[in-house]
Amino acid sequence: MLIEAGHFALALALGLSVVQFLVPLWGARTNDATLMSVGTPAALGVFGLVLFSFGVLSWAYATSDFSLANVVANSHSQKPFVYKLTGVWGNHEGSMLLWIVILALFGALVAIAKNAVPPKLRANTIAMQGLVTIAFLLFLLITSNPFERLSPAPFEGQDLNPFLQDPGLAIHPPLLYIGYVGFSITFAFAMAALIEGKIDAVWARAVRPWTLTAWGFLTLGIAMGSYWAYYELGWGGWWFWDPVENASLMPWLAGTALIHSTVVMERRDALKVWTILLAILTFSLSLLGTFLVRSGVLTSVHAFAVDPDRGLFILGILVFFIGGSLALFAWRASMLKQGGIFAPVSREGALVLNNLFLSTACATVFIGTLYPLALESLTGAKISVGAPFFNATFLPIVIPLLMLLPFGQVIAWKRGDMAGIASRLWVAGGLAILATVAVYAVTFGGPALAPLAVGLGVFLVLGAFNEVATRSFAGGITGAGALALAARRALGLPRSTWGTVLAHAGVGVTVIGIAATAWSVERIVSMNPGDVEPIAGYEARLEGVFPRTLHNYNEDVARFTLTRDGEVVSQLETMKRMYPARGMSTTEAGLETFGFSQVYISFGEVQPDGSLGVRLYYKPFVLLIWIGSVIMAAGAALSLTDRRFRVGAPVRAKGQEKGQERGQDKGHTKGQASGHAGGRRDEPRAAGGSAAAVPAE
Amino acid sequence: MTRKQRRLTMIGAAGVTLALALGLVLWAMSDTIVFFRAPSQVASEGVEPGVRFRLGGLVEAGSVERHGDQVTTFAVGDGGGIVPVRYQGLLPDLFREGQGVVAEGRLDAEGLFVADTVLARHDENYMPREVADALKENGLWQHDGPAVRPAAARDLPSTTPTQ
Repeated sequence: MLIEAGHFALALALGLSVVQFLVPLWGARTNDATLMSVGTPAALGVFGLVLFSFGVLSWAYATSDFSLANVVANSHSQKPFVYKLTGVWGNHEGSMLLWIVILALFGALVAIAKNAVPPKLRANTIAMQGLVTIAFLLFLLITSNPFERLSPAPFEGQDLNPFLQDPGLAIHPPLLYIGYVGFSITFAFAMAALIEGKIDAVWARAVRPWTLTAWGFLTLGIAMGSYWAYYELGWGGWWFWDPVENASLMPWLAGTALIHSTVVMERRDALKVWTILLAILTFSLSLLGTFLVRSGVLTSVHAFAVDPDRGLFILGILVFFIGGSLALFAWRASMLKQGGIFAPVSREGALVLNNLFLSTACATVFIGTLYPLALESLTGAKISVGAPFFNATFLPIVIPLLMLLPFGQVIAWKRGDMAGIASRLWVAGGLAILATVAVYAVTFGGPALAPLAVGLGVFLVLGAFNEVATRSFAGGITGAGALALAARRALGLPRSTWGTVLAHAGVGVTVIGIAATAWSVERIVSMNPGDVEPIAGYEARLEGVFPRTLHNYNEDVARFTLTRDGEVVSQLETMKRMYPARGMSTTEAGLETFGFSQVYISFGEVQPDGSLGVRLYYKPFVLLIWIGSVIMAAGAALSLTDRRFRVGAPVRAKGQEKGQERGQDKGHTKGQASGHAGGRRDEPRAAGGSAAAVPAE
Repeated sequence: MTRKQRRLTMIGAAGVTLALALGLVLWAMSDTIVFFRAPSQVASEGVEPGVRFRLGGLVEAGSVERHGDQVTTFAVGDGGGIVPVRYQGLLPDLFREGQGVVAEGRLDAEGLFVADTVLARHDENYMPREVADALKENGLWQHDGPAVRPAAARDLPSTTPTQ
């Protein structure tokens, strides 16, 4: 009965999302406030219904209700409880339901958000979100009903794919989906702007928190997926340029570009058409990613339970939304007033360059990912485009971007000057070169390019904090109270500035982590119990191999003792698990963390002579790759708490807001006669009260 | 700078970047792309030794031999041809006789495929599409699609050992 209620809730949600689509849209057209206001309860209702439906499916999994085909196919009564719950989205139907829950969640959040969104824009946005929800609810109900019954019900389930029985499943898909689906809101905002034919700094400011949220979660989701693959696949690799990975990287690159272009729009009221196009493209790439992952048209190591027939339906959704939005864009974009042309050496010029590089990088990933598909349908030739292609195309675009990043951060708005930039960055640049030389000296004889990459990472981190330093120590303050004053100024900087600093520093940390992989050590050896193998200053001693039975699997456990200079530093276990319900085995790598570095041991099969095939890795500073991503996401989160997003609706007290801004400006740019503070002061504060109260144009 | 000059600078920068990217893509395409070949294609068309490609098919039953020092030899077939493969390293968890496999490497002068990568899969029901297509062409395809679909799930009680 409960199951049927869950199914029925989905159908109801579909009906209600039609209301959510049509009524506010009509209201916005006819300027009817009552009709427009229907959007809020409708969006909340849709969210409540799909959440209920998701709760019912979770209940069915928690209680191992094997009358449900979906539960039978993906669960097992002996499975640990946490994997019963995470198994809800460890399959096609459930993961699409999660997709819709997050979609509806974002719709509901926009509906109740207190930030300054003009009612018409809000109504149209909610309507567009409703349209996306309709499409995916139809998809779920028609092709992938998670509540399909099975009669007679079997006594036992088929178990979840063992690779998915991992804490990673609890974290990675929800994070990734919040990121993916979060961009639906920016898409809905872009569509709303096109429908209205009006876009301005208010739009940019309304969209920015959503873009930041989606981007932050997508960053975490990708990082978590990468770490999961790193420890679960047993190859010690963290990025494989696999189509499924690229599918998540493309919206990330486009979303990163979008975050930066909305800044230009908010500050300079320019780059409008481009920003709208980026918002459309970002969500289109998210949809494309969903299609690639769910349809299995591309061979991937991360493909689970794919089904080409359902892929066709998603392809239909893809064509409808991308085609429809681009058509609307082509029709309405000419109505949007063009902004000014910038000086090449200026903050906005630098941000344009950032967008150029990011979208080009995104395009190369796109080509590399989809070219095999195109070639096969045209000529029938089957090819695979792997890491060498991406290393040869993606890296030459991204490395210059990273090198220019610290420069972009210190250029003044409107008109920057090279001399000023150089005067502000020479310390960071010098220290980075010093770091490069030092690393090269220490690792002499090792990889030649890696120290340069470390230097780049150091430059990025220092360059990011450089902004804080120059703004805090502005005006050449000296004397006893200088440090205290600088610290006060630093703390007084807007949180969005700190967010930028953190996000950019995070990029640097990740770059250092990636560079350090050049020094990782890999050894593949055969070992008998009692054997000792050296690995990067440690010695791994194989104590023995013994079987163990836990939960729903049997495993062979190889126990190692890790010693350094004769002293035991740790014991670690690496497992080969056999899941009888599926007849599958998985490898669980043994990891031991030392600071940011890891020793990684996994084992393969038993050799003919009874010895064990063992992989030993030493991965120096490998954790920095993911820590950097977490720092980036933290930067996004910090930006979200900025005052600009928290305060006021359209009725915001103009004078007060303006006064605050001015007062704050004075606080940390006092006495700064030249340099970028000068540029900063004359920047048109679109963020001020005037733009919000009197929409530009 | 005048407005016109500024616009030209912007367009110029965009043009140069895109041209460079396009050049890189085309150059990389000619150099790094790896073709997929089924054993039957290797048999009929012949592949020059030293050319890197991906070989996909089924691991022939009874062909897997483990030698010392992590070296494994096996044969990959698709009903239309059989190619012997040599691989040094740890094999993925789902490597098994009679299962689909994709190996990347080169043929040596004797026609032995020396693989440096054997691809792992996460899902026992998942067959690389290239392998599936090659098997279909040779009439060896007996996969009813992923068993996670309700239709297949109905047969479960008889096929799954209950513990």
